[in-house]
Amino acid sequence: MTGIVSVQNVRKIYDGGFEALKGTNLEIQEGEIIALLGPNGAGKTTLISTICGISSLTSGKITVDGMDIGTDYRKVRAMIGLVPQEIALEPFETVINSVRFSRGLFGKKKNEAYLDEVLKTLSLFDKKNSKVMTLSGGMKRRVLIAKALAHEPRVLFLDEPTAGVDVELRKDMWNTVAKLKKQGVTIILTTHYIEEAEAIADRIAVINSGEILLVEDKAALMARMGKKKIRIDLMEPAKTVPERLAPYFLELAADGSALTYTYDVNSERTGITGLLNDLQAAGLQMRDVQTQQSSLEDIFVGLVQEDAK
Amino acid sequence: MNFQAVGAIYTFEMARFFRTLKQSFLSPVLSTSLYFVVFGTAIGSRMEAVDGVEYGAFIVPGLIMLSVMTQSIANASFGIYFPKFIGTIYELLSAPVNFLEIVVGYVGAAATKSLFIGLVILGTAYLFVDLDIQHPIAMMCFLLLTCLSFSLLGFIIGIWAGNFEQLNLVPMLVVTPLVFLGGSFYSISMLPPIWQTVTMFNPVVYLISGFRWAFFGQADVAIGVSLGAISLFTLGCMAFIWWIFKTGWRIRS
Repeated sequence: MTGIVSVQNVRKIYDGGFEALKGTNLEIQEGEIIALLGPNGAGKTTLISTICGISSLTSGKITVDGMDIGTDYRKVRAMIGLVPQEIALEPFETVINSVRFSRGLFGKKKNEAYLDEVLKTLSLFDKKNSKVMTLSGGMKRRVLIAKALAHEPRVLFLDEPTAGVDVELRKDMWNTVAKLKKQGVTIILTTHYIEEAEAIADRIAVINSGEILLVEDKAALMARMGKKKIRIDLMEPAKTVPERLAPYFLELAADGSALTYTYDVNSERTGITGLLNDLQAAGLQMRDVQTQQSSLEDIFVGLVQEDAK
Repeated sequence: MNFQAVGAIYTFEMARFFRTLKQSFLSPVLSTSLYFVVFGTAIGSRMEAVDGVEYGAFIVPGLIMLSVMTQSIANASFGIYFPKFIGTIYELLSAPVNFLEIVVGYVGAAATKSLFIGLVILGTAYLFVDLDIQHPIAMMCFLLLTCLSFSLLGFIIGIWAGNFEQLNLVPMLVVTPLVFLGGSFYSISMLPPIWQTVTMFNPVVYLISGFRWAFFGQADVAIGVSLGAISLFTLGCMAFIWWIFKTGWRIRS
């Protein structure tokens, strides 16, 4: 099924010869939140810039709602809102005038009630007539989001929207994103904060060196690739891992006080029962047992490292 | 045509002008007054009338052109360079607008500002000299065309410039000398014959000459030639800007 945004075999080679996108394919479904994860220079911003028309593509095809971004650029761009990575705002203008400018630029007629609503949602209403230059960094980021929402887009690109933003504001933004999703807005998010993707995304796409490594439902990805760890604290420190426990590939803590067992949550036999029995048989006594689920960050780092090999 | 977008760009750019309205108004009034004190009264009183026009009045069209050309370039180049400099150009590039709409918005605002300045200088001139404009409609048309064409040139400079030094380079090194040597303060006929020929390669000569014709009914070159030259210059700038947006030169990676 073709998504609301369809990226087909897109290549982007910059003038200097650097290939930022190497035949990228990505289908984004309407109404979803998809997080684009990748290290610096992976091609996240290039992909977004190309879809939004800021960068031209070298080859391939991109459609939004079935329309080509080149030939139908007016209709396509009117549907898209973009929050850039860098804070780029006219410093001497007021918040409301900046937002009004964005709405007009995207061809929408004046609607002060709607703009007020956007400002209220983003807790910017009381700063409506303040000059942008007087706002804090976090507030400026909100203004960028307000500008991107000013023309009522159906697809919203958020390029690292919470970079350098404090925890409280970040959670506020997550709530805003959740509200937009409820309104039916499709959201494409790039982020360095894996916890951000984990908290709000429906699907995860991992990009590295201009190639999409995987696109998968977040929960399914975590279930498929997630590993769990059991940390067993010992009553008496062990100098080495007993021979009997070798099949479990246990990690011994530096001070010998704990053993860590890693297992796949999806495998038929986790080996936990056998391990516990063998621990007893090896004469080791347990003080405490803790389990730990691997995070999306662990999965992401694993994928990127594997790709680099 | 995305009229909403044109209106948004125009309004946003004009807001910059209104924020500094006092400076925008006072600066041309002061500089024009100084020109009149120095050239009109101190030096002008010792000079003969040029083609029957008192020297103080003779320099009025040149003075207006000098300010209008430099202001048009400055306003339009800054208008498009500033979004590039602070990064807000992303919004323009991702908006559902074509090159014409962007140009009409930015260049229209820049031309409006310089038209205002031109009229302020004209008003100031009335305080110092007796002026009887023979072809007021033609005068307004020339003024408008100059505002427009030099704002287009300024827009190109703004897109080309990679830093603030480059932004000032062309106006300083090219435009100001061309304007000064384009007959702002003298008639071409006052030059030696060889320099009269050289001067004919200066496009500004045609603008000032045409503008002066609108004021006093006499010119260094035929009015039709002046009109043709300014129209050609405007079309050339438009074609270049069309190419810029087609290729993304200096604006799109």
